[in-house]
Amino acid sequence: MNKNFRKVLTFPYILWMIGFTIIPLSLIFIYGLTDKSGSFTLSNVLAIFAKDHFKALLLSIALSVISTVICLVMAFPLALTLKGKKLNKGSLIVFIFILPMWMNFLLRTLAWLSLLEKNGIINTILNFLHLPSLNIINTPAAIVLGMVYNYLPFMVLPIYNVLEKIDDNTINAARDLGANTMQTITKVIIPLSIPGIVSGITMVFVPALTTFVISNILGGSKVLLIGNVIEQEFTKGSNWNLGSGLSLVMMIFILISMAFIAKYDKDGEGMSV
Amino acid sequence: MIFSKIRRVLGDIYLVFVLIFLYAPIATLVILSFNTSKSRNRWGGFTFDWYGELFKSATIMSAFRNTLVIAFLSALIATLIGTVAAIGINNMRKIPKTVVMAVNNIPMLNADIVTGISLMLGFIAFGISLGFKTILISHITFNIPYVLLSVMPKLKQTERVTYEAALDLGATPLTAFFRVVFPDIFPGVISGFLLAFTMSLDDFIITHFTKGAGINTISTLVYSEVRRGIKPSLYALSTIIFGTVLILLIVSNIAQNKINKRR
Repeated sequence: MNKNFRKVLTFPYILWMIGFTIIPLSLIFIYGLTDKSGSFTLSNVLAIFAKDHFKALLLSIALSVISTVICLVMAFPLALTLKGKKLNKGSLIVFIFILPMWMNFLLRTLAWLSLLEKNGIINTILNFLHLPSLNIINTPAAIVLGMVYNYLPFMVLPIYNVLEKIDDNTINAARDLGANTMQTITKVIIPLSIPGIVSGITMVFVPALTTFVISNILGGSKVLLIGNVIEQEFTKGSNWNLGSGLSLVMMIFILISMAFIAKYDKDGEGMSV
Repeated sequence: MIFSKIRRVLGDIYLVFVLIFLYAPIATLVILSFNTSKSRNRWGGFTFDWYGELFKSATIMSAFRNTLVIAFLSALIATLIGTVAAIGINNMRKIPKTVVMAVNNIPMLNADIVTGISLMLGFIAFGISLGFKTILISHITFNIPYVLLSVMPKLKQTERVTYEAALDLGATPLTAFFRVVFPDIFPGVISGFLLAFTMSLDDFIITHFTKGAGINTISTLVYSEVRRGIKPSLYALSTIIFGTVLILLIVSNIAQNKINKRR
């Protein structure tokens, strides 16, 4: 009886996941693979090769790869420095990186507009110092900055989590055996932090690839990403079949990154918050 | 010796650099909330007017109320469903457990835009009109996985034996659960709730697709005003929210440190 009772406990959850995750996702497949009259077609998916769509997809991939690399390059030394500080139980670090999330995401991104504009704060400071001004607003560079800004915490936290678990004795042992700092990092610390790095990469890459908000605000609707194309099909163009078809293409990339996580982060070490 | 000192100083400089990067936009918003000028990049003098206007604006106050109510309810319901499910899943056999956990990861790893679109299509297919209800359901949906992931590790740490010992000593399963297991997993439940609350508060994309006309949260209100020019009262509101959370976190951190010291 006890065992049956435990099974009952999962029912609300399983029903919820079927009703609001699995069925809705299947609907994207149904819409994406049919035309307006309801008959099967691949044209919505193949529409990705149309000139404008393909250009948007390539740009999205390029910008999200660049942002992911920048986030990784910024986050790893940061996580190492934070580990060196030996904070008690990491409460402070989570605090520092979660806190900005309480300021609305759109307002935070919008604030970058004030900072980056032609007569914005950064340029005022640069002019004051007689330095050349920075004109990146409404360009892909501003979008990359917005992505790095918004998603950096998603890279720092998982890497910090795995670094925290590395025993100091392991590092000391490497030193005793004659490894210098660089060798310790490349031969010991990086291999041990792969699960965190991999989940960090997907946590940054997926939202960056699919964003439409950051490109809308910081790109001044001059730069179209694949997220913008899809969003417009649902809100303005209202060709839901085409929008779903393009979403299916995007889901291929998401599936690849999920497989990537499953391969390297078996225990979900990097995922735990 | 000198090298390690240099490295530490470099590390500190880098840390400060990242903190400036993370907090510069936030400082900008706080400063703008006190700016007399409506313009985003001209300082017109110091004022508290936007704070006064904030409480007079029915649009902002109702969006704020919606945001808080949805964040609280969705976090609460997700915590209930998630915690109860975690207990059941923890006792599952290996294969069904792997399947459930894989499905659990879908809303977390999937792109928000896909989750938002799929939920919208789902609501429309079942004839549920878009509004407050659909935003709430959507937020519960993306919150449950976070709760599950915070509770599961705590459950794994609790010993099955202690629960069985309680049963042997005459406790009913329910008493045994609430007196023995629940105190152990409580920190996970709380952190799941807080995480869910934060996620719901900060969400824009999923709300954007599932809200329908006539209802706004803070995020969707900001988005609709981006083109027209943001009312500085919205900066004032986010400054208040940010300040409140900052103070709460500092106070709880100090309290935690005091407790730790006493131990």
